[in-house]
Amino acid sequence: MSAKTISEKILSAKSGQDARAGDLVVCRVDCALGTDGSVPMAIDYFNAMGAKRVCDPQRIAFALDHYAPAPTPAAKLLHQRIRDFAAQHGILLWDVGEGIGHQLIVESGRALPAGLAVGADSHAVTYGALNTFATGIGSSDLAAIMASGRMWLRVPESIKITLTGRLREGVYPKDAALALAGKLGADGATYQSLEFCGPGVASLDLEDRLVLSNFAVEMGAKNGIFPADDKTTAYLHGIASAGSTAVPWQPVEPDPVATYVREITLDLDSLTPQLALPHQVDRVIEIGGATGTRVQMVYLGTCTGGRVRDFHQALAVLKAGGGVATGVQLVVTPASRTVLETLRGDGSLAEFIAMGAVVGTPGCGSCCGTCGTIPGDGVNVISSANRNFKGRMGNSSSAIYLASPASCAAAAVAGVITGPSEAGQ
Amino acid sequence: MSTLEVPGRARVFGDDINTDYIITSRRKRESLDPQVLRQYLFEELDPGFAATVGPDDILVAGKNFGCGSAMEVAVTAVLGAGIRAVLARSFSRTYYRNAINNGLLPVICDTQGIREGHRLLIRHQERLTVHNLTTGEVIAGGALPQIMLAIFQAGGLVPYFREHGDFQV
Repeated sequence: MSAKTISEKILSAKSGQDARAGDLVVCRVDCALGTDGSVPMAIDYFNAMGAKRVCDPQRIAFALDHYAPAPTPAAKLLHQRIRDFAAQHGILLWDVGEGIGHQLIVESGRALPAGLAVGADSHAVTYGALNTFATGIGSSDLAAIMASGRMWLRVPESIKITLTGRLREGVYPKDAALALAGKLGADGATYQSLEFCGPGVASLDLEDRLVLSNFAVEMGAKNGIFPADDKTTAYLHGIASAGSTAVPWQPVEPDPVATYVREITLDLDSLTPQLALPHQVDRVIEIGGATGTRVQMVYLGTCTGGRVRDFHQALAVLKAGGGVATGVQLVVTPASRTVLETLRGDGSLAEFIAMGAVVGTPGCGSCCGTCGTIPGDGVNVISSANRNFKGRMGNSSSAIYLASPASCAAAAVAGVITGPSEAGQ
Repeated sequence: MSTLEVPGRARVFGDDINTDYIITSRRKRESLDPQVLRQYLFEELDPGFAATVGPDDILVAGKNFGCGSAMEVAVTAVLGAGIRAVLARSFSRTYYRNAINNGLLPVICDTQGIREGHRLLIRHQERLTVHNLTTGEVIAGGALPQIMLAIFQAGGLVPYFREHGDFQV
């Protein structure tokens, strides 16, 4: 009874107990994110708890990303409450335009190997790419963390996902994430951890791993955690030299004979471009199966597909194909100001604009229908996001298809869904 | 430990009911008041639901109830409508957490035999059981682990913290 998974090791360290799958433990939290979608309620809970001061405010960060910019007077008031609370308690605030909180947690070096980082937003699982135990919480949990520095957690069982091979040309991490969602189903990992391992991990850059970790919650997983390796080190050194707050860290590896509830091998070599059909993220097919489906809106952005390489991959397809088809609206929303600045600096932003793209404020944008461009009635959207529930983007009379940024770009070129390799022909 | 009993009428939904279907993200932009939000419960799935929901209703669902966003209004709006318990074959973990933290009873059990309008009685006495008074079926609902039980019995995380000031472990 000594071998442990990565999750068991991290939660043992954070709880001071010998934490095993199924145990309930109270853990010290290294980093907690709140957003404009969750902080207002957290403030209400915090006050109702009778709490007066925030425990370790330097461990907390708020991002105004869901209503960016605030589309209504009521949303403006929510923002002001958050700004006032942050100022009163000395909490870091990323204001409107800085980007999606999850991206900012990663860019600022707040999610580190062996750490416990949570976010009052389900896509906090994204930081698992950095060998961090990262999971989503609610507003009440965030309030309790602000009051006590701690939270309760059930130690998850782990599913071992062995990655082999490497993605072929024209196939992207999003395709791997969609394939996994199709294989496991939207509840295939409920209450459990996805622990990635195997020789294929080394072929994925940190930005690629973020896509797979981000998608873990779409399979119900509590977290989607990667081992740390040279690429993790290089990424953290890169952001540290750019002025982030990264501190020394030690990676956590699983014990060789740790117990897993299930083992799955995902052969990256054999993957093809994938597509999730409306209105379920696990209705996944090979994209060729939907070839010819008309699209009127193409969305590039979000915490899944809004990073620099996503836009570069999409732009390459758009340029090869000669731009955006008539009748298609292309919306570009960088995940952060840093992403926006990078795209501006390397000329990509100007190229998107020249093709007629609408460029949105860095943030969650249209993804959850709370701000940004909303699809019209009867519109088919293809998006680089992670969710396609009916009404998700603010109109239940539209339909959302999910694919890689390159496949989204191919659809923008053709005006219909098509494989990325066909777009340039 | 005292026995908890929740009687009610089954209101049945299917699989994979995400939190946006319970209450859309747009609504919480305008108000966080459960008494306002309850008017829009399940508006995408069943526009008539909010008008017919009653204080003795129990939500009954298939697998993966509350998937998607972790937004807590998907629990407080349900509580605002007077609902005290949700039965499902499985829950998304964030919905389950948020339910416990707000004193909404989540019961993981086999819901396949429950139909709209069935009279139910949930009983908690060390373990949870669901009695389908319409069919006579008794369904096992498992046990709440110690910390969750303490938070739930306090009425949620707010009264728990008001009483203890921190987690008691």
